[in-house]
Amino acid sequence: MSGINGVELTIVVVLFVVVTVMGFMASRWQGGKDLMHLDEWGLGGRSFGSWITWFLLGGDLYTAYTFVAVPALMFGAGAAGFFAVPYTVVIYPLVFLVVIRLWSVSHVRGFVTPADFVRTRFDSPTMALLVAITGIVATMPYIALQLVGISAILKSIGFTGSGLSGELPLLLAFLVLALYTYNSGLRAPALIAFVKDTLIYLTIIVAVIVIPSKLGGWGHIFGAAQTKFSAAGGPGVLLPATGQLGYATLALGSALALFLYPHSITGVLAASNRDVLKRNMSALPVYSLALGLIALLGFMAIAAGTKPIGKDGNTIVPELFQQMFPSWFAGIAFAAIAIGALVPAAIMSIAAANLFTRNVYKEFLKRDATPHQEARVAKITSLVVKLGAVAAILFINPQFSIDLQLIGGVIILQTLPSVALGLYTRWMHRGALVAGWVAGMVAGLWMLYEIPKLDPATHAIVKAHFGGSAFALSKLGFATKATIYPGLVAVLINLLVVVVVTVILRAMKVADGVDGTAETDYTAEREDPTVRDLPDPLASAPPGVAGRASVRR
Amino acid sequence: MAITSRPPADTPTTGVAPHRSDRSPWNWLLLIPIVVPLLVPLYNATSPTLFGWPRFYWLQLAFVLLGVATTALVYRMTRRSSTERRAARDAIARDAATQDEES
Repeated sequence: MSGINGVELTIVVVLFVVVTVMGFMASRWQGGKDLMHLDEWGLGGRSFGSWITWFLLGGDLYTAYTFVAVPALMFGAGAAGFFAVPYTVVIYPLVFLVVIRLWSVSHVRGFVTPADFVRTRFDSPTMALLVAITGIVATMPYIALQLVGISAILKSIGFTGSGLSGELPLLLAFLVLALYTYNSGLRAPALIAFVKDTLIYLTIIVAVIVIPSKLGGWGHIFGAAQTKFSAAGGPGVLLPATGQLGYATLALGSALALFLYPHSITGVLAASNRDVLKRNMSALPVYSLALGLIALLGFMAIAAGTKPIGKDGNTIVPELFQQMFPSWFAGIAFAAIAIGALVPAAIMSIAAANLFTRNVYKEFLKRDATPHQEARVAKITSLVVKLGAVAAILFINPQFSIDLQLIGGVIILQTLPSVALGLYTRWMHRGALVAGWVAGMVAGLWMLYEIPKLDPATHAIVKAHFGGSAFALSKLGFATKATIYPGLVAVLINLLVVVVVTVILRAMKVADGVDGTAETDYTAEREDPTVRDLPDPLASAPPGVAGRASVRR
Repeated sequence: MAITSRPPADTPTTGVAPHRSDRSPWNWLLLIPIVVPLLVPLYNATSPTLFGWPRFYWLQLAFVLLGVATTALVYRMTRRSSTERRAARDAIARDAATQDEES
């Protein structure tokens, strides 16, 4: 541990201390009065305005891992890595009308998690439990991956030692994060997101001005990438003909999955009204523009001849900064990425804690839990979740988390029929939703298992299973070399099963439960009397509607 | 926001949920920024280049602006009247004040 860059380390530590203080002070921000209530601790009092929501969702959806992994993918695989741009463009028009319905019904009925909604809408604790488990399983590796982002930074600063001494800074960073999330809940990441995004935007603006001028212009950067990816008859900086379907389906599938993740839904439910969400759907793409520029850092690294540390491709961006910037600015850029990891990690752990508390603890372990007990359980769960993430990174190969995160996107998509379509229709039978989920999971996991990882140069198989997100259509019997995103295929199978089983169960007249929501819930506005209170969805109906009477649609 | 579960005294408790709708012909415009960025043949080419950027890269970044413009337009066109939006803002302020009193 001799080659530690003192200037960079000092700047990162100072900025880290600043956000830590902010994190602890956040509990008193925005009128947080009684944090021992899940609406306060886990949803920031549902009071965030347009600006806070923009920073919170931006910090939530565009994670440090994205900022490190997307350029690494561009560096290693070329044009295919740019899917992050169409993915984050189509997402907002796609969910524009959906998130406001989710917000309204959740406000009227006091839902904290997507599983709360599924339970009340379809009268199905089983499907709600499946949604909760899917959410927790998909989120856990995502939290662990935020640590991969921080550890890439630490390696670049010079903490290359292995064993406990090398991992100590990482452990310390996460311990601090765990404590202020425990203390302040969702308000902590909301406040820290301001710092994170200011630093990120500053870094990007400087990077896209300084680095191309040092490297001899954009033409030279794309030229270098063209040369690298044209070797051995490659497609250059474009997609090969066989990769186009995979590119589009990966972008669409990832977009469909993003707002099903519990941490995205937590960010949505924390907004103070529908207009805040609608405005954010046109303001959030600013981050997509930034992400597109960040992706191109991968090509800049090619032109600059940057080499990753060891075999860790994720160190490519920190190493590029190291090469191009003076130490003090590299320090600021590193702090941006490190703090960028803390915001989503905090929100994800809160979302997972909310799911466990509402849909496992309250549903199955302690039906009569008071709001105070709920908040306590959630706070403790958030600690456990983060410890689990640290343990996963320290004791298991980080590659395992990367594989799991890939799987996470595919499995979270299987909650689409119940969570997203459920906002529009109750035609689907609760039993059919469970059957569809099972079918989608089996199909998705099988396809992922069948994807080998190939060496880009030699086309030799590096890894036999779970090697990526490009499933060869030839495995399904199609005479083509094209690939497709398995998540999208799996969710189509899921939907097909839902439709068929619904028809069968309806024909057999199997009981379908009672819808605990009313049609007017989905368009409720903030000023409506029904929205004024936050009743417990498992206990009571809000004033202003007929209640849990058998409203069947 | 009130976090207790008793209904406020000044609120009638039945039949007051207003019937609203999110439907609008303007919503169909949202299909454009969903479909266009997924049409790979549209941008999977080098020429024309812009400031040294192949079409693949500059055109896809331009789709970000397409998305912003469309969602902003749909928001403006389907926005509620200023009276209703003021009512929503008042509700937020009132709930914040209520909470201060309670604690």
